[in-house]
Amino acid sequence: MTQSLRHIRYVLAANPVTGIAFALFLLLLLLALFGPTLAPYDPLTSDTASALQAPSSRHWFGTDQLGRDILSRIMVATRLDLGIAGASVVLAFAIGALAGTAAGFFGGWTDRIVGRSVDTIMAFPLFVLAMGIVAALGNTIVNIVYATAIINLPIYARVARSEANIRREAGYIEAARLSGNGEARILLAYVVPNILPIMMVQISLTLGYAILNAAGLSFIGLGVRPPTPEWGIMVAEGASFIISGEWWCAFFPGIALMLAVFCFNLLGDGLRDIVDPRMRT
Amino acid sequence: MSEVPLLAVDDLAVEFRTRSGTVRALERVGFALARGETLGIVGESGSGKSVTAFAIMGILDAAARVTAGSIVFGGLDLLTASERTLQEMRGRELAMIFQNPRAALNPIRPIGRQIEDILIRHANVLPAQARIRAIEKLAAVNIADPERRARAYPFELSGGMCQRVMIAMALACSPALLVADEPTTGLDVTTQAVIMDLVADLARREGMASLLITHDLGLAMDYCDSIAVMHAGHIVEVAPAAELFRAPRHPYTQKLIAATPRPAARLGDLAAIPGGLPDLRRDDLPPCRYSARCERRGEMCDETLPMIEIAAGHRVACQYPQ
Repeated sequence: MTQSLRHIRYVLAANPVTGIAFALFLLLLLLALFGPTLAPYDPLTSDTASALQAPSSRHWFGTDQLGRDILSRIMVATRLDLGIAGASVVLAFAIGALAGTAAGFFGGWTDRIVGRSVDTIMAFPLFVLAMGIVAALGNTIVNIVYATAIINLPIYARVARSEANIRREAGYIEAARLSGNGEARILLAYVVPNILPIMMVQISLTLGYAILNAAGLSFIGLGVRPPTPEWGIMVAEGASFIISGEWWCAFFPGIALMLAVFCFNLLGDGLRDIVDPRMRT
Repeated sequence: MSEVPLLAVDDLAVEFRTRSGTVRALERVGFALARGETLGIVGESGSGKSVTAFAIMGILDAAARVTAGSIVFGGLDLLTASERTLQEMRGRELAMIFQNPRAALNPIRPIGRQIEDILIRHANVLPAQARIRAIEKLAAVNIADPERRARAYPFELSGGMCQRVMIAMALACSPALLVADEPTTGLDVTTQAVIMDLVADLARREGMASLLITHDLGLAMDYCDSIAVMHAGHIVEVAPAAELFRAPRHPYTQKLIAATPRPAARLGDLAAIPGGLPDLRRDDLPPCRYSARCERRGEMCDETLPMIEIAAGHRVACQYPQ
């Protein structure tokens, strides 16, 4: 345990950018956990008397058209946005990585079925597919998670498939077979752990993408509905005030989105370095 | 042989179905191996040495088919045994080491843990004791400071060290038979000798039979009780090691021995064997697959290929043995 902590510290020291990403990630995590308690104002209470106020010492990020504090809304929204992205990535990873690994490892019919299913998903413009799924299944958070998971699934399946396929003929797989391991055990105990470092990068990248996707769905009116605080909705609602000069309504939630995506994109390499023992020298 | 052999391969034939035709990789391969004995299988690349090993271990490629013969190990026909039985046998009764040991170790698991996995799985060792036993196994293959090395990952070890680890893994459950497929290829000569001595020593101590597959005749000579020479999927000659070198009867064996470097010989004196292996996809392969390269070829060669027993344990597949 102390050894892995020391290793994490080493990785962070070796690559300062990873350190920044981890700091941002911690901040996001903190907001997701304690956002509602930390928020200075109630994110839902409107106060029309102080509508559309510019950033000030009372309202750091200003107020929106109903007088709600934007900072509070951004903080409270973190949990929902990260939650949707996290849940959908976990779902996409669990199904996609397993199906892809099995396809790459077993080949033959498994490969054909998984491959064609993935191709079918990829044949659609992914955001339009997500819109279609949410529109068809209904406008709930669970359905946004499903839609985001489905459009992320092909990436996992493909990466896992090619990585498993390379390792199918590897010496240690043969050696595992020679020491009496069954195929299912080899897949779960040898192939999956070996491609995990690569999948880690993918997880982190798609987390950023999933946040954008969830926010995007809300932005066009599918997905999370007002008055629930959510970054995408806030940008959408704020967008109409940019022309009249109230830039802060869209600007700050937009920055929050950008920082979250930025953080997850940077996090990938750092995560891989931590998971992959070959980096431990 | 009067006693029942540990491993009896009889009349084995293996084919590979490829897009460009059927490759007859093995034909009429037969040999027997007694408990504690070491048999060397030598031959040039593509002669079928490794295919023989894979067939015994039951890990032939999906494109391969065993078309004839039997492989009986300790009274059990490995070719008809269920996959479940084979999984139980592998690692416990049958073990294998091969070349490029670094690739054969799981790159993301410390080597000690990899040995523990095998012990827990096959040797009924309790997880609590596995660590100590794994360290013992590492010490048995002469790895210095085994406690520390047990925590090392394969990429942190040298090639020779990886081969020792692999031997420790293969021998962890005291198997009855060890198949060593080119175990020292890619290691330098000193390490080669150390590794081979180690295997021979452990084999003697455990009463383990071994099958040494190599293209190095000198190595086979030093470490094997008897040697089978393979050429293009046929065993052309089997004999006790000393006799094979003293009195080789097959023209191919004679050429091979003449082509083996010796300290006294100069490079220019080494013989080369003309020609190459025949295309094993041909439908009209002659009975003797060496005949196209053979100086001793006669008209009988196109008729049949006999297996002549010249002396006890010395058989040669040639119409004109000398």
